[in-house]
Formats: sequence, structure tokens, C-alpha cells
Amino acid sequence: MEIVSSVQIREDNLDNMRHFRSAFIAVCLLLATAPGFAQGGKKSPSELVVAAAADLSAALPEIGNGYQKKTGVKLKLSFGASGALTQQIQNGAPFDLFFSADMDYPRQLIAAGDADTATLYQYAVGKLVLWVPADSPLDVEHQGMNVLLDPSVKKIAIANPQHAPYGRAAMAALQHSGLYDRVADRLVLGENVSQAAQFAESGNAQAGFVALAHAVAPGMLGKGKYWEVPAESYPRLAQGVVVLSHSLHKKEAADFLNYIKTKEAADLFQKYGFILP
Amino acid sequence: MAIDWQAFWLTLQLAITVSAILLVLGLPIAYWIAFSRWRWKFLVEAVVALPIVLPPTVLGFYVLVALGPHSPLGRCWIALTGHTLAFTFSGLVIGSILYSLPFAVQPFAASFAGVDRKLLAASATLGASPLRTFLRVIAPLSVPGLITGTALSFAHTTGEFGVVLMVGGNIPGVTRTASIDIFDRVQASDYAAANETALLLLAFSFAVLAIVYGMNRKAWVIGPVK
Repeated sequence: MEIVSSVQIREDNLDNMRHFRSAFIAVCLLLATAPGFAQGGKKSPSELVVAAAADLSAALPEIGNGYQKKTGVKLKLSFGASGALTQQIQNGAPFDLFFSADMDYPRQLIAAGDADTATLYQYAVGKLVLWVPADSPLDVEHQGMNVLLDPSVKKIAIANPQHAPYGRAAMAALQHSGLYDRVADRLVLGENVSQAAQFAESGNAQAGFVALAHAVAPGMLGKGKYWEVPAESYPRLAQGVVVLSHSLHKKEAADFLNYIKTKEAADLFQKYGFILP
Repeated sequence: MAIDWQAFWLTLQLAITVSAILLVLGLPIAYWIAFSRWRWKFLVEAVVALPIVLPPTVLGFYVLVALGPHSPLGRCWIALTGHTLAFTFSGLVIGSILYSLPFAVQPFAASFAGVDRKLLAASATLGASPLRTFLRVIAPLSVPGLITGTALSFAHTTGEFGVVLMVGGNIPGVTRTASIDIFDRVQASDYAAANETALLLLAFSFAVLAIVYGMNRKAWVIGPVK
């Protein structure tokens, strides 16, 4: 009786193993036929992988959609702080193009041999604004940066000046206005300018220095009021794009770059809160 | 650049605070999980285990939005304390308690459940109250589990990153922990400084865990003899 049952158990186990093995093979086959896996992550030439500064998170998807309709080339976008993206590119991130929020990071990449000098192009100039929620009692539109001295402002969101150009612009503007020392202990740093915008939009910070591109983006428009920080109080946020040296699709990248130089693309940049160089 | 000792010290403070609170808070929860016979107990167990599988971004998102000033719960918190949960040390403590809860409660509950029920019956027969039984029988026999749970919640908080990145706001001395400091330095291409802090954190974490597991081994030997 005991022997029989142990044989039974063994057969059950074998059966289970067979099931497991066939399931395993099925999963492998499935993975092998899935396009992404079969090519080991290699993309088809009708796709460009683009690293882009956080202030482009509204403009670039629309530009990309328009471009895809025209040419069939799809853009895969990754947004982040320009410094952080530069960092990733220098460590071999597989991007074809890099849209920075300044000119320094692209130049840094060119100097390190990670980007092609000839492709560097200034596509837009960013604008810094001081943003407060719509229901805030602060009259930011008329009083500008002085509202930061109001006691109801407990936290002021800015992008991290260590690696985000908008963070550096915000620091410069605060120093230029002489307010920096009086508000320094109330600054909270977003990882990039989008996070700074999100700190302010969620109400956790009562005011935030964000990109005009965020203030007029569909998700945030109408939720707040803003004041454009005078251009002379911070270094110009000239924004540059480069094709990266490791790109396997330089021809397609150059084509897209040519499209960026057209009036059609320029109009979209303007629509989303940038001025043209 | 040298190591940011302020960030390191802040991480220690956070980990000590969180593991101490979890030791106190975790005991009754673990006791209940170990001894309750409620038929829906598994639901509570699932809730306690949630942070193991939830990404920290979920927790960060809730702290920022559901407990932010636009929500009723967030307004209650602001009325009580005068500030939002985000960007404060207490915000990090609350986030970390939620995030490390299973790492304390599960080892506690497992060791409580492992205590021989005959001893509990004997204790009750001798007239001891449940509390007395817990303090004199269950707790002493569960020392290894208590040490493990406290050490894991301490270590887990030391290594926390996602929640802090999402709700901390990177304020020096308040919310800039060692893990955030390392992240910042890597982003700024300051590999030398990142390396120093990373190495320090690695050595520290290893030392804490090694000491705890070493003590734990001894407790295993001594525990039942006591």
C-alpha cells in the first residue's frame, strides 16, 4: 500500500514536471516571437530614441506625433533633468538625440566625444515663471517675486540647481532680486523642473519656479497663475539639441533635426511656452 | 568633496526613529496576527504585507496627493501640525513606518506563532494574565524574531530612496538622506564623492546586519535555556 502510494506520488511529480516543462517552453516561444525580445532590445530604424529636458514634456510629444504622421518615424521620449540625462548618455544610454534645457550639457557631451559637433542646434529659449495655485491669495501676477516674503509661503519649489538648468535660473533670479537669503530655508528641490512644478501643483509647496512650458501645458493651464521672471535676472535658457555619437540611426536623426528647424516645429515650441532664438 | 555627514547622520536618525516606533507599534499587530482566530485575518495580513510588493512611488504619490493640502485628510494634518507632510522629517518617518511595517511585523508574528502553545496553556493555568504571559513567556522566547524584525526595519529604512525622493524635497538636514545625497552626486558627475558615501553606507549596513545576525545566533542558543 505504501509502495503503491509512493510510486503514485512519484508519477504525480513527473506529471507536474512535464506540465512545468511544457509551460516553460511555451513561455520561451512566446518571448522569442515577441518583437522586442527577439531582437534583444535592438530597435527598428523607424524609431528614434530621444532624451529630452523635462520642460519639453508637453511640446515634444506633439512635435513627435506630427513628425510620425509625416514620415512614419516614431519618437520614443525619455524626460529628465538635463544634467541627469547627460550623465546617462556618458554612461552609454542608447539615445539617438538629446534635447537639453541649456547649451552647456550638449557642449560637454561634444567635448567628451559623445555627441557630434556639427549637429548642435539651438532650437528654443526657455522662460522661467513663478507659479502659484489658482486659489492662492498671493497676487503673483502683480507683485512678482515679492509674494515669496508672505508668511503663508512655507515652501518654495525649485528644480535642483546641481543638475537642472531651470534650478540654476531660479537661484540666479532669487539672488538677482536680493531675496535669496530671506527665502533660502524655505526652498525645496525637485529632481527636475517637472517635479518642482508637481510640488507646487499638488499644493505641497505654496509657490514654485517652473518653466513657462509647464505653466501653459494642458495639464496645468488654468490651475494656477504665474508671473514671468524678467529675462535679465537669470542667464538665458538657450536650449540645444545634438545627435549623439553612439546613435545607429544618424541619418534618421539628422532628418528629424531638419524638421525641428522648420517653421512648423518652431510654431509648436512657441505654442508651448518657448521663445525662438 | 568629503562625505556629507549631515546626510549620513540624518539617515541614522530616521532609521533609529522608525525602527523604535515599529518595535512598539509592531508588537500588538504581530500578537494579533499570531493568535487571532478571526476568519478574515488573512485580509489584515495582506494589508500588512502590501509595502513589500508596492513600489515606493505609490506610497510617495499618496503622501503627496492624498495627504496633500488639496485633500480633506491632508487639511486635517495641516490643521493639527501647521505644515504639510511632504518636505518634513515627520513626513519621512510616517512614510518609512508604512514602508517598513512588514519587515518588523512579519518576523515578530512568526516568532510569536512559533512559541509552544503548551507553555502558554501552562502559564494561563498558573493564573497569569495574557499580558503577563506575553511579557514572561512569549516575548523572552521570541527574542531572535524581535531582533531580526527590528534590524530589518532599521536596515530597510537606511536603504530607503524612492519615497524620500518623491516627497522629501531634498532639504539639507531635514530630508536629504544619504541615499539622496549619493543620487545627487552621481547626477552631478561627482563620482569620487558618491563612491565615498556609497562605500560608507555599504560598510555600515554590512556591519549592522553582521552584528545583529551574530547576536541572533547567540540568542538562539541561549534563548530556550533561560
